[in-house]
Amino acid sequence: MKVTIGAVVKGGTSLGYKTGNWRDERPVLDMEPCKRCGQCESVCPDSAIHIIDEYYIIDYDFCKGCGLCAYECPADAIEMVQEEK
Amino acid sequence: MSQVQVVEGSEAVAYAVRASRPHVISAYPISPQTHIVERLAQMVADGELDTQYVRVESEFSAASVLSGASAAGSRAYTASSSQGLLLMTEVLYASAGMRLPFVITGVNRTISAPISIQVDHQDTISLRDSGVIQLYVESSQEAYDTHLAAFKIAEDPAILLPVMVCMDGWILTHSYERVSFLKQEEVDRFLPPFQPADFLDVKEPKSWGSYGEEEMLMEFKFTVYDAMQKGKQRIKDVFSDLSLVTGRDYGGLIEAYHTGDAEVVLIGMGSMAGTIKEAVDELRSEGKKVGFVKIRCYRPFPYEDIWEEIKNAQVVGVMEADVSMGSEGAVSMDLKAKVCGRANAPLVLDFIAGLGGREINMDLVREIVGEAEKVCKSGVPFQEPYWAGLNPSILP
Repeated sequence: MKVTIGAVVKGGTSLGYKTGNWRDERPVLDMEPCKRCGQCESVCPDSAIHIIDEYYIIDYDFCKGCGLCAYECPADAIEMVQEEK
Repeated sequence: MSQVQVVEGSEAVAYAVRASRPHVISAYPISPQTHIVERLAQMVADGELDTQYVRVESEFSAASVLSGASAAGSRAYTASSSQGLLLMTEVLYASAGMRLPFVITGVNRTISAPISIQVDHQDTISLRDSGVIQLYVESSQEAYDTHLAAFKIAEDPAILLPVMVCMDGWILTHSYERVSFLKQEEVDRFLPPFQPADFLDVKEPKSWGSYGEEEMLMEFKFTVYDAMQKGKQRIKDVFSDLSLVTGRDYGGLIEAYHTGDAEVVLIGMGSMAGTIKEAVDELRSEGKKVGFVKIRCYRPFPYEDIWEEIKNAQVVGVMEADVSMGSEGAVSMDLKAKVCGRANAPLVLDFIAGLGGREINMDLVREIVGEAEKVCKSGVPFQEPYWAGLNPSILP
C-alpha cells in the first residue's frame, strides 16, 4: 500500500485496510455444538462473522481477537487459541 | 504603487491577513497577540473583511477550527502566544501530518512559570519539531510582507504545511512603525485563491490522517520531512517573487550582514536583529571584523545558507531567547549538529539572552562579542551556554 500525502484516503475503502494482524488470540468455531443462534455475529464489534446459509464464517482479515463471540456463545462452540506468528 | 501609514505592528499583520482574503479566522485572546484578532474582528464588524470569524473557547479549539476549515478547502488563520501556542501543540503536530496549510501568527512571549507576558522565543521554539514552518521577523514591515508570503508558502503544492510567522510580542506588536502596504489587486495577483487537490466534500467522502500501521508510518513521516527539506527552495522563490512586487528584499532563508571578512559572526532571530546590526556597525567602525546572520526561516533549518556565511569565520556566537533545560539553546544545537565534522568549521558558542523580556541592547551585544573574541584568541570554546546579562547577585 502506498503512502498518501496527509494520509488522505477516500471513503468506502475500509475493506482494503486489513486489520486482523492486531489479534493475538484467534476464535476457532466448532460447527458441531453450534446451534446457529447468531449471537456471535450480533456481538462482533468488527462485523467479522458472516452467516452464509447454514455456515458461520469468521473473517480473519478483520477479526481483532477480542473474544466477545467466545464469551457470549451459549453453546461454548468458540475457543480462543493463541496466535503464533 | 503602495500606500504608507504609521501603524501598530499588530495592525500591520491584520492588514496583511485581510489582504490575503482568509475564509475562516478563529480567535481566542491572549497577550500579546490580542490586538491582531481584535483588529480583524473590527474589520469584520465594519464590513471590510468577508470571513467566518469564529470565537472559540480555547486555543486547542482555535487550532482545531483551522484544521477543519483547511481540510474543507478554506484559507484559515489565527494568532496566539505562549501558553496558548502550547495548548495548540497536539493539533499543530496533527495538522502538519495532515498537510493542512493554514497560517498562524506566533506572537512571541515567554512560558510560565513564573507568569510573565514579556517576550522571548521559548513558545515557538517549543514547536520546532512539529512540522510547522517557522518564519521570524525583525520589523512590522517584515511582518506584513512575511504574512503575505506565508499563505503562498503554506499552500504551495510541494509544501502543504502550516506556517507560523513568529513575531516578538510588544517590541513589534505594540510599537508604531512606518509600514508600506500593497494594493489589494497587487496582493490578489501575488496570492491567488487556495485550490487544494483534496478537500472535504460530501459528494466524494475522504478521511484525513487515517490510520498508519508500523509498516508505513516511517515512510509517512519521511514525506513530511522531505516536504520541509524541499520546501527551502520554494520558500526562497516565494520571498523572491514577493520582493519583486514590494520592492523590498530581506534576503532568502537568512539575511547576511557584513559576514564577508568577519572573524566573529553573530546569529540571531526576530527583533534583536536590528540592535545587533547597529552594534555590528559600531564595532566595525572601531576596526573589529564582526558580522551577523539573521535567521528568517528557522524551520526548515537553512544550514546550507548559514554555512556559506560562517565558513570563513573563527567563532560563531548564537544569540537566542530560548533554552532547552538540561542542554542549551535550540538554535545553537541545530547549528552545531550541522557544522560538526566539517573541515575548518568555526567554533560555535551559545549565548542565552533576552529571556522574559530582558533587554538586548548594544552593551549586551558588545559583551557577547567580547566573549567571542576571547575564544578567538584561546581557541577553546566554552561548553556550557553563556547566560548573557545574568545577575548572579539575586540568585537564591
